[in-house]
Amino acid sequence: MKRRDALEAIYSELETCVVVTIMGAVAAELQSIGHRPNFFYLQHAMGLASSLGLGIALARPELKVVVFDGDGSVLMNLGGLTTLARYRPRNLVHVVFDNESLLSVGGFPTATSTGSDLAAIAAAAGVPHTATVSGIIDFKRMFEHAMAANDLATIVAKVEAVGPSGYVTDLSLLENRYLFARYLKDRAAHSGPRS
Amino acid sequence: MPVSQTSSKLIYQCLKDAGVRIVSALPETWLVHLIRMAEEDEEMTLVRLAKEEEGVGISAGAHFAGVKSAMLMQNHGFLASVNGIVSCAQLYRIPLLMLISHRGEFGERDPWQTEGGGVTLHVLDALRIPHATLDSPDHVARRIQKAQTLAYSASRPVALLLTRDLMWEEAS
Repeated sequence: MKRRDALEAIYSELETCVVVTIMGAVAAELQSIGHRPNFFYLQHAMGLASSLGLGIALARPELKVVVFDGDGSVLMNLGGLTTLARYRPRNLVHVVFDNESLLSVGGFPTATSTGSDLAAIAAAAGVPHTATVSGIIDFKRMFEHAMAANDLATIVAKVEAVGPSGYVTDLSLLENRYLFARYLKDRAAHSGPRS
Repeated sequence: MPVSQTSSKLIYQCLKDAGVRIVSALPETWLVHLIRMAEEDEEMTLVRLAKEEEGVGISAGAHFAGVKSAMLMQNHGFLASVNGIVSCAQLYRIPLLMLISHRGEFGERDPWQTEGGGVTLHVLDALRIPHATLDSPDHVARRIQKAQTLAYSASRPVALLLTRDLMWEEAS
């Protein structure tokens, strides 16, 4: 399965939720499919996309948060899985695209290439629903199931170690950051005062 | 335990008054009362971390979502968070209020705290993070308020260093 195809397969599901991605191929590919103001790309700070998603999910339980993570990023913040599980945000779906490599810095293999199982690690950390999928149909089905389930889930999607030719897009980091924050603010205004 | 209850209560109330509603923390001796108060307060969401750097991400998410937050950590936790501070909070202009217990300063008895104590201010300066100390109850309220004000006006991290004089009541 190619990551871009996986993203395309679920793209229509992302229209009303809040999306946080890691840097590199995930960010560039999602933008190439079509940027939306509800998408935020954390273009550095490897490991913190899931923490940032947790912050949004805890602050705004009425929103559905989707985090697109990667094997290299998760491996840099394995403790974050225990924090995610501990607070178990019911409104967060955590997708890990596992290409078993650090693609954007030359494709060096990560520990998932030698057997480290991120879904098993997430499950052992206490994430209530976990799965590993390697085909588009399974991925789409599992993602839709997780989105409908109203509970924390980590879906590890095994993908090929291929990506776009470049990672810099014409969306500047701060433009993305401020418009994303504006989107969340406007959503809050439209949904009325929060308790 | 001679961690000052009075100072902890004062600091906590100032955070509440500043509108802070999410606190991320990793326990350390000087912070025990503050963390307990956050845990027992229904208006506060306490996020107990595995490593302090996660707190930068949580505060960034909370900020995007329109909720004020603070990080409570030891200076060694600050040192462990440096990449998150630089490549999340600074890169993305996040107003980040960090309360850092400054271990390893004069009066420190734990040998393992001393190396971090000596570098904390230098690292803050190298990162261009505005900082002030909280060493007397007299200025706690003002400095917390002012630190948060600058964090928001500059859209940058700021640090308040909690000192032994404020946090520790030596048995006389």
